[in-house]
Parts: sequence; C-alpha cells; structure tokens
Amino acid sequence: MAQSGREIKRRIASIESTQQITKAMEMIAAAKLRRTQEAVLATRPYFERLGTSLSHALAAAERSGEDIPEIVKTRTGQRHCLVVLTADRGLAGGYNSAVIRHAEEFLKEYPDTQMVIVGRKARDHFRRRNQTFLAEYVNLGDDPNPRQAQDIGQVIYDFYVHDLFDRVTILYTKFINTVTHRVEFRQVLPIAERDPELAPQGRTSPQALYLYEPSVNEVLEVVVPLFIDAAIFQSLVEAKASELGARMTAMRNASDNAGELIKELNLSFNRARQAVITKEIAEIVGGADALES
Amino acid sequence: MSSFRFEVVTQERTVVSTDVEYVVLPGLDGKFGILADHVPIMAALQIGIVEFGPRKGRRRKIALGGGFAEMHDNKLVVLANTAELAEEIDILRAQRAKERAERRLAEKRDDLDFTRAQIALQKALLRLEVADGE
Repeated sequence: MAQSGREIKRRIASIESTQQITKAMEMIAAAKLRRTQEAVLATRPYFERLGTSLSHALAAAERSGEDIPEIVKTRTGQRHCLVVLTADRGLAGGYNSAVIRHAEEFLKEYPDTQMVIVGRKARDHFRRRNQTFLAEYVNLGDDPNPRQAQDIGQVIYDFYVHDLFDRVTILYTKFINTVTHRVEFRQVLPIAERDPELAPQGRTSPQALYLYEPSVNEVLEVVVPLFIDAAIFQSLVEAKASELGARMTAMRNASDNAGELIKELNLSFNRARQAVITKEIAEIVGGADALES
Repeated sequence: MSSFRFEVVTQERTVVSTDVEYVVLPGLDGKFGILADHVPIMAALQIGIVEFGPRKGRRRKIALGGGFAEMHDNKLVVLANTAELAEEIDILRAQRAKERAERRLAEKRDDLDFTRAQIALQKALLRLEVADGE
C-alpha cells in the first residue's frame, strides 16, 4: 500500500465534505424545480388563449384589407435577431454549453445576427469573442417573472418596428422532464411565420365573426406585444426548469461519484490498517521465536 | 338577468374565474359594459378599472394594467398584462411605487424613459384608487 492510513483518512474527509455540498445543491435544485414546473404549467392557459385570439385577429385583419400595423407585416429580409437564454451560474452539466454551441452554429450560418443575451454564461462567452449585443440581461434570479419578459419584449418590439432586423428567434432549452431537455429555436417574428408551437389551433370555430373594439388594427397593436412577451416568458420559465433539472442531475451524479470514491478509499484504508496489524503480529511472533530458540 | 362566465388571466395565474351578470371594461375609447349573450367581441383595453358582479350584490373591482378582452359563447376572458383584485392590493407598495414614479418624473433626467415612468405612475394611482373602495 503506497499511502499511509492517515493520508487516506484525510482524503476521505475531504471528499465527504464535497459530497455534502453536492448533495445540498441537488436538494436545493429539486425544491426550486418543483416550483418552476408549476410555473410552466401556469403559463399555459394564458398562452393558449392568447395564441387563439391572435390567430382570429390576424385572419380578420387580412380579410379587412386595410393597411396592417408595422409589427404584423411580413418581411422577406434575412437579418436575424437571436435571443439566447442561458443561466447565470454553472454546475449544471452540459446545460449552458449546449445552448452556446447552438448559438455559435447559428452565428456561423448568419454572421450578421444581432444578439439579445440572457444569462451570465452566454454573456461571458460571447464577450470573450468580442461579440456585441443589442441588449443583455443578467441576474434574473431563479423565479422568472413577467416583468422581465416585458422588458425584453419591449426591446425586441421597438427594434423590430424600427427595422433593425427582419426575424426574431428565441434560443432556449425546452423542458421535457427532469432528466430530458432539448435545445430549441423558436421563431417569434415575423408574426406570420411564428413557430407552429406558438400558434395553437383554435378550439373555437375560426369563422366566428368578432366585433373589434375599437378596430382590428388597434386590437392587434395590443395583442402582438402581449404575445411577444408571453413567448419570451414561456421560454424563460422552460429554460429555468431545464437549468434546474440539469443541475439536479449533475449534482446527483457528483454525489454518486463521491460515494463510490469514498467506498474505494475505505477499502484501501482497511487494507492498509490490516497490513500494519499483520506486520506487527509477524514481528511479535518473530520475537517470540527468537526467545525460545 | 342571466349570467355568464368571466375570467381574468395573467401570465402567472388566473386572477378571477366566476359567474357574473355584468362586467365593465376600460376600452381604448372609454368604458363599456358587457352583459350576457353579447355578440363575439375582441377589445383592446387600457390601464384602468374592471368592475363586475351580480346585478344585486357586491360589486368587485380589478386594477388592470392593460390587455385585451374576448367574448364568445357567453364566456368573457380578459388577458391582462397585470391584474389585481382590490382586496389583494398592497396599499403601502402602491404608495411607494407612486412616490418613486413621481420622483423620477420630477427629476427630469436626460436618460429618463418618460413614457415608462408615466405608465408606472398611472398604474400606481389606479391601484390606490381601486384599493380605496375596499
């Protein structure tokens, strides 16, 4: 045995304290995840209703043949805006790096993309590469709230209307379950090309003739910003749930690994102790033999 | 008088889901009322007060931070930016928000987002007004 018993004991103690930390982090992530999962569910009724109403109003605007608001107009340009959602903190397995990798690929394809960054991890990464951002948001905390989404939505809305870019895509991590999440692109603007997932099929008859108060255009001017905010908020919440799920899994693996390491070290500690005892016995027996002869 | 379903939903939660006989909404061109069997309507709403209730009985109020309303099949849904029932409003918080907004408007700094501060003030005043009736 190369190591002395005392040395092994010290290593075990150090790994045990690390394990305590990873276990605590796992439990914290699990508790927060439960809350965030509820938030994911809570956004759905609002979002679905909004999607249906938006489809109705868009169809009505098309039928009316009037000049539609700028925000609703379809654009053919290829100037992109990418909204990248990452976490502020690491220790979440491959969560952040997966998002950043997808963003890099997107940038390779469309080098002139304007970026809106959420989360310190993406910001630090792209800063090192001397990328500039349209806007950056860090320290959003563990409970995404609609006001944060409204801030981001406002920026996107203004720049889109001022013709700074033609399409807006959110890059986020979809939460499927605690261990499975998928990095996804979700196109929001132009509104006519929004991600099909953002345009749930209406359960009501699409032919229902609505009265628009004061007018279709004015209704759209209210509904579209609400829709952009909601799409961002939904993505923020899903991304947060994925982050917490990833952290929980990463920390559980770390705790398990620490446990295995401790088991192995205990084994070698016992072996070392046994070796010492055997040696002592051999010495005593050897001494006794010497006396007898 | 017949009743209909009334819901107010924000991104985070359902604020109200109840049967009512009338609802008064803050439309862009002024207040308007909705009764049962209204034709399908979609209306843009501004920051203002939503009132609703049974015809004979307690009238309830919501402070609405803008949004829009949709009525069809005798069901009225308001999708709101923010919405708070009168009894939920934290008066002290609203008071602080009001003072903050007023201070910001008074400072007249160059980087001031004027519209935003104004909207904040409007919302705070509205919340105080709605809570006052309780």
